[in-house]
Amino acid sequence: MSEKNAARFEVGRVELPWSAAFAISRKNIQVRLGRALITASGILLGIAFLMSVLTSKAVLLGSGQALEPEQATRQTWLIIMSLLVCGVGITNSMFMSVTERFREIGTMKCLGAVDGFVVRLFLIESGLLGFFGSLAGVLLGFLVVCIAHLFKRDLAAIGGMDWGYFGACVVGSLLIGAVLSILATIAPAVRAARLPPAAALRTDV
Amino acid sequence: MASVPAPTDHMLEDYVVRTRGLTKIYKMGDEELHALDNVALDVKRGEYISIMGPSGSGKSTLFNMVGGLDKPSAGTVYINETDMAQLDAAELAWIRCRTVGYIFQTFNLIPVMTALENVTLPMVFAGKTPDEQLQRGRELLELVGLGERLHHRPSELSGGQQQRVAIARAFANDPSIILADEPTANLDLRTGKEIIELLRQLNKERGVTVISATHDLHMIDISDRVVWVRDGKIDKIEERSHVDIKVGHVDWEDQYAPPAEPIE
Repeated sequence: MSEKNAARFEVGRVELPWSAAFAISRKNIQVRLGRALITASGILLGIAFLMSVLTSKAVLLGSGQALEPEQATRQTWLIIMSLLVCGVGITNSMFMSVTERFREIGTMKCLGAVDGFVVRLFLIESGLLGFFGSLAGVLLGFLVVCIAHLFKRDLAAIGGMDWGYFGACVVGSLLIGAVLSILATIAPAVRAARLPPAAALRTDV
Repeated sequence: MASVPAPTDHMLEDYVVRTRGLTKIYKMGDEELHALDNVALDVKRGEYISIMGPSGSGKSTLFNMVGGLDKPSAGTVYINETDMAQLDAAELAWIRCRTVGYIFQTFNLIPVMTALENVTLPMVFAGKTPDEQLQRGRELLELVGLGERLHHRPSELSGGQQQRVAIARAFANDPSIILADEPTANLDLRTGKEIIELLRQLNKERGVTVISATHDLHMIDISDRVVWVRDGKIDKIEERSHVDIKVGHVDWEDQYAPPAEPIE
């Protein structure tokens, strides 16, 4: 073999820095805001419910009371179910997103993206939506309880609630929302990652 | 069927793409579809080559193979003397990122990104610094005549402009090969011609090999060679000078020339 033919073509590694991945995911949310809001509202509502229950509990704790065990169990069960429903909704929404973007994903693969990049982009997007949806959900949940107490003319009870417990609940809810959103997106993200580069050439859909 | 001699040591031709015994079989239920049947094709570096063929001829499949977009059922594809089958997913991604630039019929720009961001995306994957990206992205967009539209999104650009951005993007990492799949199919005739001229100019100036799958006769007009594909095999490979192109042509002089003899 001639010298030129014997030299193997040098191959390096493609990369996607986290800052770039965040920038791309942010743009995806900003430009597709309507769809993003629908996905985020799934988390928002679930976390709002969770937060409203937890805020009421904090108020109870603040006044030295506690829920009866039977009620507490039922409440926990309700919360878990509602969060599951939200999760399923997010998975569904993300699957649709993948279908809408198959050509885009195929094109990215033609530009050099590996499967891992695609997963990364979807999970970051989902994490961002989960976090901000949770943030709004925490506010909403707290507001709902405040309004309920306003009607009962018992706003002072809010002031006397267990703020330490409340603070922990806020942080916990934010985490749960973000994590739930990410977990719910794993299946769609993997599906997106498996699209071949040739998906860029498909002209249907 | 054209027989292509295997390259030997004393051949000084530099082949950027070579295929041997390329076969692709699709299984549809019980039946097998032979999209490609034992195809051998050599593409010289710096060539402008067009792949022609009717729908279902295997033209698109051959195109996918040659561009590293799909794996064959049998046979080998060499890009820059590298056997594509020996590469893992990450190495294949590298080839697609650095060695091959793609241009699509549907432009395929990322809709949420501006023209500049679209052009610099391959550079992100290639690990270039943001400064390099910005500078090179600007240069490329100016090269294709869109220096004024760096921050426009695809929705704010015409079809021709989008394809120009796509061309700039294809050249982002200085590739050896440009793969163009029906680049002018979604453009009007005049815009299509401009795009073809631009591609030919870049091909000549930079010595980049251009492989296009096309129906556009203007593209064939400026090709160095034309590969005719039919029924999964290469029908013939012609030098452009030998290709006879006639498009519905009316010779007005013939129509209205005075009669040879006076009419009685």
